[in-house]
Amino acid sequence: MARKTYFDVTRLPGFSTIAVIVFVMLYAPILMLVIYSFNAGSSVAIWDGFSWRWYVTAWQNEQVKEVTLRSLMLAASAATISTALATMAALATTRKRAFRGQTAIYVAINQPLMVPEIVTAVALLILFAAVKVATGYQGMGYLILAHTAFCIPFAYLPIRARLEGMDMALEAAAADLYASPWQGFRHVTLPLLMPGIAAGMMLAFVTSLDDVVISLFVKSAGQDTLPTYLLAQLRRQVSPEINAISSVLLLLTLVLLTTFFLLTRKKD
Amino acid sequence: MSEAESQRRADEVRRSWLLSTPALIVLFLGAMGPLLIMVVYSFLTPGRYGNVEWVFSLDAWRGILFTRDIFDDTLKLADAHLTIFWRSLKLSLMTTILAFAVGFPTAWFIATRPRHMRAFWLFLITIPFWTNLLIRTFAINQIIRNEGFLNTALLKLGVISAPLQLIYTDTAVFIGMVYVYLPLMVLPLYAAIDRFDTRLLEAGYDLYASRLTVLRRIIFPIVKPGIVAGSILVFIPALGAYVTPRVLGGGKNMMIGNFIELQFGQGRNWPLGAALSVVLLIIVAAALLVYVRFANRDSTHG
Repeated sequence: MARKTYFDVTRLPGFSTIAVIVFVMLYAPILMLVIYSFNAGSSVAIWDGFSWRWYVTAWQNEQVKEVTLRSLMLAASAATISTALATMAALATTRKRAFRGQTAIYVAINQPLMVPEIVTAVALLILFAAVKVATGYQGMGYLILAHTAFCIPFAYLPIRARLEGMDMALEAAAADLYASPWQGFRHVTLPLLMPGIAAGMMLAFVTSLDDVVISLFVKSAGQDTLPTYLLAQLRRQVSPEINAISSVLLLLTLVLLTTFFLLTRKKD
Repeated sequence: MSEAESQRRADEVRRSWLLSTPALIVLFLGAMGPLLIMVVYSFLTPGRYGNVEWVFSLDAWRGILFTRDIFDDTLKLADAHLTIFWRSLKLSLMTTILAFAVGFPTAWFIATRPRHMRAFWLFLITIPFWTNLLIRTFAINQIIRNEGFLNTALLKLGVISAPLQLIYTDTAVFIGMVYVYLPLMVLPLYAAIDRFDTRLLEAGYDLYASRLTVLRRIIFPIVKPGIVAGSILVFIPALGAYVTPRVLGGGKNMMIGNFIELQFGQGRNWPLGAALSVVLLIIVAAALLVYVRFANRDSTHG
């Protein structure tokens, strides 16, 4: 009889059980949320049969359309600008001999990750309230600036990681073949860096799309984003319509994240 | 270094700064600069309809801990504020402890899977980390609310005769924060455990150590940097939490984050809100300093 008698040193009693419970608990609430988005009834706890009803309701809701478009526009702007700025900063701070002030640049770039969101939000409210009074400008610029700022570290990290893993010999080879610095960048560095840039942009997009707190404090009247709209809806009657909207948002995040992992996956 | 060489080096440094400048400007306008203005605002007088009047005052800083009695104008400890601070601290610490208690076995589990499966398990932890915090909090809200799934199921099964009041309690906020911040604990723990040399465990067992002794005397000391990193990554956002206590705690079970917001809304006391934010910032900075010290100590000892 082949009986397992060896002693597995890495096994700790109960750990696997706890881990499995954790994974189940992590996904069960999200799964319930998605399941009840297909509920034919208007409860989020009693199942009345399958229906697309709430997706149709959400689709026909003009306000939902408006806030969704605003969120997508905001995320696209913030992701594009922050990725461009982060790419430049990453090129400046990676694969070089350390220079005075480099640490200060790192700290500045990562600063939004260290400060609690509510503090940044309140500080922005104070600044923008004063600017709004002084200039009279009430547009989307405030939201775009705020989102761009906190998206920079998320765009920077994967770009930097990609740059650090790149072979400098290729650029040296281009220079040896009389490529100008710009040609070398344009035809060698940039194409190699592209997966990192795309990954950074996706993280920035997801981060902007997820933000509630900063948008809540920075937005002017009538500038609700999808998350601030959802938060306001929670105060009223809960209906599976919110589940339907949330499920679509979850699906979008999942698609972007999967693409991100495929882009940054290391070949073993 | 020749003159041409040092000239080239100076050019390179100048180019690096030039390339970083646009990002630094945006970060200054949209993240760091406002914090400085906030510090200034904490020393001003609240305006009658919100905002501030430009008159220097220390009332906001005094107001964090004390209130002025309406009748005899004496200073008393502000019990309501202390309750909120205590709740924030208590819930954040409890969240960190429970997240560690369940996060450590989870990280250990992932790190001991076959190599090709680890990326998959890690991905499962990372997805919730990147999905919308509001939606995850909302999912918890739907399950534990009075007419939610949990209560409906328990009522039908006859386990309880009246719905359990979970939503809008400290317990709900506690459950919710563990749920949303758990990935922040698991990821650094995994990174630390993954580097752990399992031969040390063999050595421990060879010397007749029990499992508990091995865990306490070998594993914990070695993965300590991961434990510190995970705890700080959970504790900091928990302390500044706004969405989770609002969605699960309701209006009565405020944490510091909600209390700060209140000062900019109904409270109409912007300087107090600014002062509270500065305090939160200082606590976070202190926690980060502790982390940096631990991280450095680790690297010097190899």
